[in-house]
Amino acid sequence: MRISSFKVVTIVALGAAMVLAACGGNSSSGNTTNGKIGGTVHFLGTWSGSEQDSFMAVIKPFEDQTGVTVEYEASRDQDAILTTRVTAGNPPEVASAPSPALLTKFANQGKVIALNNVLDMGKLNSEYAKSWIDLGSINGKLYEVYAWGSLKGLVFYNPKVFQQKGYTVPKTWDEMITLQNKIKADGTTPWCIGLESGAASGWPGSDWVKEIVLSQSGPSAYDSWWQGKTKWSSSEIKQAWTTWGQVLGSGDSNVYGGKNFMVSTNFGDAGNGMFDSPPKCFMHNQGSFITDFFVKAKPSLVAGQDFNFFPLPDVNSKYTGAHVVAGDTMSMFKDTPQARALMKYLTTAEAQDIWVKRGGKTAINNKVNVNDYPDALQKNIAQTILSAKIAKYDAGDLMPPDMKNAYWSAILQYVQDQSKLDSILSGLDKVQATAYTT
Amino acid sequence: MSVAAAADRPGTAATAARFSPQWIAGRLSGVVLHLAVIGLTVAWMVPTIGILFTSFRPFTAINSSGWWLALSPPFQFTLDNYSKVLSTSNLGHSFFNSFMISIPATIIPVAIAAFAAYAFAWMKFPFRDWIFLAIVGVLAIPLQLSFVPVLSFFVAHGITPSALPPGLQYLPVWLAHTGYGLPFSIYLLANFFRALPSELFESAEIDGAGTLTVFFRIVLPLSVPALASLVIFQFLWIWNDLLVALIYVGGQPEVAPLTVTLANLTNSYGQGYHLLTAAAFFSMFVPLIVFLSLQRYFVRGILAGSVKG
Amino acid sequence: MDWGTFLSQLPIVVIVIVGVPAVLVAYIVGTEYLVRLLPDAFRPRVRPWIWVGPALIFVFGFLILPAILTAKTSLESGAGDFVGLQNYQRQLGDFPTGGAWIAIRNNVYWLILYTLVALGFGLLLAVLFDRVRYETFVKSLIFMPMAISAVALGVIWKFMYWYQPPGVPQTGTVNAILGIFHQDPRIWVQDPSVDNFAIIAAATWGITGFAMVILSAALKGIPADLLEAARVDGAGEITIFRRVIFPLMMPTVVVVGTTLVIFALKAFDVVYVMTGGNFETDVLANRMYKLLFFSGNQGGAAAVAMILLAAVVPVLIFNLRQFRAVEARR
Repeated sequence: MRISSFKVVTIVALGAAMVLAACGGNSSSGNTTNGKIGGTVHFLGTWSGSEQDSFMAVIKPFEDQTGVTVEYEASRDQDAILTTRVTAGNPPEVASAPSPALLTKFANQGKVIALNNVLDMGKLNSEYAKSWIDLGSINGKLYEVYAWGSLKGLVFYNPKVFQQKGYTVPKTWDEMITLQNKIKADGTTPWCIGLESGAASGWPGSDWVKEIVLSQSGPSAYDSWWQGKTKWSSSEIKQAWTTWGQVLGSGDSNVYGGKNFMVSTNFGDAGNGMFDSPPKCFMHNQGSFITDFFVKAKPSLVAGQDFNFFPLPDVNSKYTGAHVVAGDTMSMFKDTPQARALMKYLTTAEAQDIWVKRGGKTAINNKVNVNDYPDALQKNIAQTILSAKIAKYDAGDLMPPDMKNAYWSAILQYVQDQSKLDSILSGLDKVQATAYTT
Repeated sequence: MSVAAAADRPGTAATAARFSPQWIAGRLSGVVLHLAVIGLTVAWMVPTIGILFTSFRPFTAINSSGWWLALSPPFQFTLDNYSKVLSTSNLGHSFFNSFMISIPATIIPVAIAAFAAYAFAWMKFPFRDWIFLAIVGVLAIPLQLSFVPVLSFFVAHGITPSALPPGLQYLPVWLAHTGYGLPFSIYLLANFFRALPSELFESAEIDGAGTLTVFFRIVLPLSVPALASLVIFQFLWIWNDLLVALIYVGGQPEVAPLTVTLANLTNSYGQGYHLLTAAAFFSMFVPLIVFLSLQRYFVRGILAGSVKG
Repeated sequence: MDWGTFLSQLPIVVIVIVGVPAVLVAYIVGTEYLVRLLPDAFRPRVRPWIWVGPALIFVFGFLILPAILTAKTSLESGAGDFVGLQNYQRQLGDFPTGGAWIAIRNNVYWLILYTLVALGFGLLLAVLFDRVRYETFVKSLIFMPMAISAVALGVIWKFMYWYQPPGVPQTGTVNAILGIFHQDPRIWVQDPSVDNFAIIAAATWGITGFAMVILSAALKGIPADLLEAARVDGAGEITIFRRVIFPLMMPTVVVVGTTLVIFALKAFDVVYVMTGGNFETDVLANRMYKLLFFSGNQGGAAAVAMILLAAVVPVLIFNLRQFRAVEARR
């Protein structure tokens, strides 16, 4: 029986390695409590790495107070894993909601639990802006709540370089175009843009277009567009693309490295060129999360001194103060006392404040003290969100997933050849015709 | 290859007289062989070396210069990436989980496949070839399609980590890897078993040996190289699997394998991807040990020796 | 995990490691004992089913049943109504660029390049390495990429293909090598004229170790005296390879080739990580994934999966002929 001897060898070798492995690490033991809820709640989220550490810090006081253990698991493929588990009848109690479109599907199938009887709606209404509650509601019932948000359409720049070159922060779209031309006249490149993001490649460009749609044609045009009622080839939407085309410049000459660099560079690395000497570019439009990427790539950078932002100027002054926002949401898939307690906890200012203090997130609960943000720049971002006259949620996330993916791909096609805009838009119209019905 | 082929063969070069033309040709072809082997290996290793160097460089350097510049001043080497990987929370436990998943999920399908492959190769039964073809054919089924029906079945019958007793909580993923791993295992083993000389079986029958004796004493020992390579790959695929584990046992700390824990090194924006180089080397270590420890079964002559014995 | 927890798990570890093989051996020994209780005439009829039984149950439950359900779904609309071949028509309707056609074209590239290069290199390396003393060492170096998960492999090859504009020091290996030859850097995975080949190269690099290891195992199975006899007869090494080694390895080459063909058809992870199917790099499995999880289009996803299954049929027929030939020889 030679087979068994070689099996034994393998097993012994692996067993030995296992013993070694067991030396490291730690384990959590379930604590029994008196008068506390106790038990466990499973949370399937999208935060991993340093974000996961922050979320666990948020959870810590909850676990201490209630005796509930939060079993957190992070997943990158939220759509695939959550869809499979929900369909097969094995969902986690609480999950960061996937795209709003997928949530709508779950709600229609009755697979997600309405929160109206779970949360104290009176308290929520007083602490949350109405628009955030509306975003989570389907047919008048609340299915998801937001805890933290982020602001899109922030143009980052290097204040030291701006001062040295005598550039001033533009207040209007025209001023920005003038600045862009001035930078070009100086023989340098105005913008850094990176569109690579694996399977989601193209989304940073889609942010540009949706911000322009909102501030150029206004909130009602924006809503009718993501709802699939306005065609992509309509004048409003086409205009937004051509306006972005002006930023890119003919032959993408306004962007560092041109189209090849744009399509092949990861969105997280693209802005770093602003801090080289001499700078490779001067402006970078991205969401508020990007500052962490700057600091990781060049640890010597100081927020406010080495980088700062101005909100992407409004194209049409009628819509001044319009901003595109996005957020982190939670939904409940199984009704347990532990899950209810967790949902309640995460909507409180107390919970949201913990992450705010750690940096990188903006709280949705308006009871969170603005002075808790770790630096002036993040405080400024929070104030911009709070003072936004028109806040609209990320149109891409609101579209059906098919539409969103086609939108992202279209961005990649557009930067490669701007002259093909008409055929790109009619392609999107075709997707639009079917995406909203399935 | 033409010149190289004659090298290291005792029958050709070694018997020729020293410094005779044949002797020189033999030596030369030996040199060419070694050049070819080393050249191909080095070329193949370029990306691996790149990852190895990158894994020892600080993120700021990875981003601004190529890995080969690590060999020139300023020598920017750091152990930070590895210390980040090693300080990942729950690393020890997930390492343990990976073994608890991989070992049974390798043994079960290899054993079951060996039984089945023996029947497919040396027994006669109705529809044998068609069943065999169906098993090979379903290798092409994308696994994602089987997740919902299989998981629903597991949930309905209480085969989920939270419903099972401790230690058996990996059962769903063992069963799943057995199901998904069997077609290739049966295919590979049946092919090797089929190639065994039929005289072996005839002589065994004359000796009056039963089916079990033939299987355990003749078929398995003679197929050790095939079994070894199958064990290597089945182990490797399970060790590196992320999706099946996430679907059937989930990613919560008590059951999450190493792949799940290491995937969490990067944040949801993909930040920290440079850590994946260190993580790749860290998790490569175990499959490599398995490979090296099974290497010694890849030796010529097992067959010849056993026929005589 | 601390020592206490580990020790508490130890009995389970022992039970699993000793118990699982014990159960498997007990099954086959126990059932064989029962078979012997049967009358002589029944034994050969019952025995095969006992040996293939467990495998059949697993394969049926995990793969064949889902395949049947998939076939059914491929004929249904999202609401579960029978729609005939409509899903197939949507996938295959707009020849040559619409629906699934770009993915099918790319799968043909994969099928040819990935399979042939991995098989060819695997065979070459197995045969060459067989002749050197440091075989184990070089084999494990070639094997190393196999031990990297597909996701890490995709990320690593993105590093390889990194692009910086001309005139700036390159950070990607491939463009840096181009620079040595005074060529301008180019984008690799975003340019439709080369991107499929660049992705296939990355995947092939990862899988060649697989072909090499299995072919090497087969090579070791060739009796040394057979080779010696041929050499004594004065046959050249090339002749020996062509007349002795290759024919004896042929069944294994077919096995590895078939497996690689199926892997090529199922190619997913590397594409998903590197481009997500953008820039005309889509493949059928990625298309299926997107239809299933992003579009919620079960019918379309099922139709794509059935196209994949259909593509395997010629390979299966070839296999059937191959192993009937082996049987005929004995």
